[in-house]
Amino acid sequence: MGTWIMAGVTFREAARKKILWTAFLAGSAFLALFGTGMHFQIKEFTRHSVPPFVRYQLEAAMLQVGYYAVDLLAVVMTILTSVDALSGEIASGTIQAIATKPISRWQVLMGKWMGFAGMVAAYVAAMVGGVTAAGYFIGGVLPHHSLRGASLVFLECLLVMTVTFACGTRFSTLTNGVIVLGLHGLAFMGGWIEQIGAVTDTPRLVTVGVVSSLIMPSESVWRRASFEMQSSFTRSLQFGPISNVSAPSAVMVAYAVVYLLVALIVAIYHFHQRDL
Amino acid sequence: MFGTKVAVSNLSLTVRRGEIFGFLGPNGAGKSTSIKMLLGLVKPSSGQAFVLGVPSDDVEVRRKIGFLPEDFRFYTWLTASELLRLHGRLCGMAAAHLRERVPALLDLMGLTPHRDKRLRDFSKGMLQRIGLAQALIHEPELIFLDEPTSGLDPMGRRLVRNVIRSQRDRGATVFLNSHILSEIEITCDRVVFIKEGEVVASHDLRAFPDEEVCLFARARNLSAETVAGLSHWSTSARLDGERLTLATHSISVFPDILRYLVASGSDVFEFRPERLSLEDLFLKIMGEDGGL
Repeated sequence: MGTWIMAGVTFREAARKKILWTAFLAGSAFLALFGTGMHFQIKEFTRHSVPPFVRYQLEAAMLQVGYYAVDLLAVVMTILTSVDALSGEIASGTIQAIATKPISRWQVLMGKWMGFAGMVAAYVAAMVGGVTAAGYFIGGVLPHHSLRGASLVFLECLLVMTVTFACGTRFSTLTNGVIVLGLHGLAFMGGWIEQIGAVTDTPRLVTVGVVSSLIMPSESVWRRASFEMQSSFTRSLQFGPISNVSAPSAVMVAYAVVYLLVALIVAIYHFHQRDL
Repeated sequence: MFGTKVAVSNLSLTVRRGEIFGFLGPNGAGKSTSIKMLLGLVKPSSGQAFVLGVPSDDVEVRRKIGFLPEDFRFYTWLTASELLRLHGRLCGMAAAHLRERVPALLDLMGLTPHRDKRLRDFSKGMLQRIGLAQALIHEPELIFLDEPTSGLDPMGRRLVRNVIRSQRDRGATVFLNSHILSEIEITCDRVVFIKEGEVVASHDLRAFPDEEVCLFARARNLSAETVAGLSHWSTSARLDGERLTLATHSISVFPDILRYLVASGSDVFEFRPERLSLEDLFLKIMGEDGGL
């Protein structure tokens, strides 16, 4: 019961953060831009009588660009909103009035985690849904396995959020933000290095990319999400943010899930052990 | 331990049920850390803390404990009523009970006109009062109050003082930590002084002191013989016009002295013990550089 009460109040707390609404505004602006771009692209295709198959594939590629942008927005929003979820309340002393109530610390943490997870789910649903709707109603294209892709984007955000929680039980808000953004940056760079390695057939680069994915698997989950949503044409693109020359396997997704669970256990353990 | 720094040491405290207990000590004596250990917020590196007979990290015992942290802060977007309902629900209270309890507590704290106001619009004193209300929402048996009157105006202090006494009167135990010694003196039944993590003195504020106590009297027609005759009860006597100051061994001799003065023909206008104030006692125990 205590977990659900904490989840409810945390969801309301998270939903009031300016950064969330700024991210929604940025997302809405992006969706408007995306829809407008797609609209004019369709007009151009019609004017130049582009064959339907080619046209469909190009629009599907643009759809992937849209997903790439909202994924980036969702990850950044997730980190910025959850970075002070624990460290901020510990530093301000707000947590003391809660931690002395008859609920366990793990319930407090899980309630907060669930509240933020609900907020992230709503954001991902709105943004991925917005791109999908724009693609369908303006361009007439739908992604392959849209639900699977959206679920993986949510998993990526949840993973980043859980690492933020784990670090938040030990470090100050600022240090936490630097660590998590640094880890995601590492994963991002690792993903690109792996792609370059695959294109240029350089096994050592691929290994570096895989190792970085093991350190922080968030980017791998995005690349798997992108792979799931892509058409065969966009999959065949050799290089770029939406290409997947070396798509992460289902094992890497399973690794990300295990990573998330371990991060959650670490967060609960540290929060239980630390002084408040 | 905090790193290499020892926080508190061989502290050993017993608080009686149903009393208002004052916890005194200079800055850095370990008061806040001790309270946090009793509430399970800080884990002792060695030793044990028991609250209401069970280890302090027991979650269930917290149903019987209320806590007002120093400088109470909470989500500022909540209204006063929402805050109390949230804390009541966290304490496992039923919605029906909360519908009665929340307005009653807001009324007790003088916050009824502000029940729908968000905490961000509250003054420091109002925040302190709503913080006290959240500590009392579930009618706890033991209430820890860390600086409950800081930031309050005289009316607010009186209100909080009355609330604390009403809690004692319903049978609750109040554990009070405050730097405002005058508040402690008029509110607490007993105080304990700690220094560098050790209990150095305990003082019952409601009992007649057996130790040496001064008497102040204002009287007319005091003859030199009458003053000399006071040596039977006092170790020293000083007369300055109508003002008489005596050092006695015990407050129990006061009625005899008063009878003696009246019988010897003096007109007595004022007659009262001059005890050491708590502040004097604090400085005496801690030393002038006690750290306050």
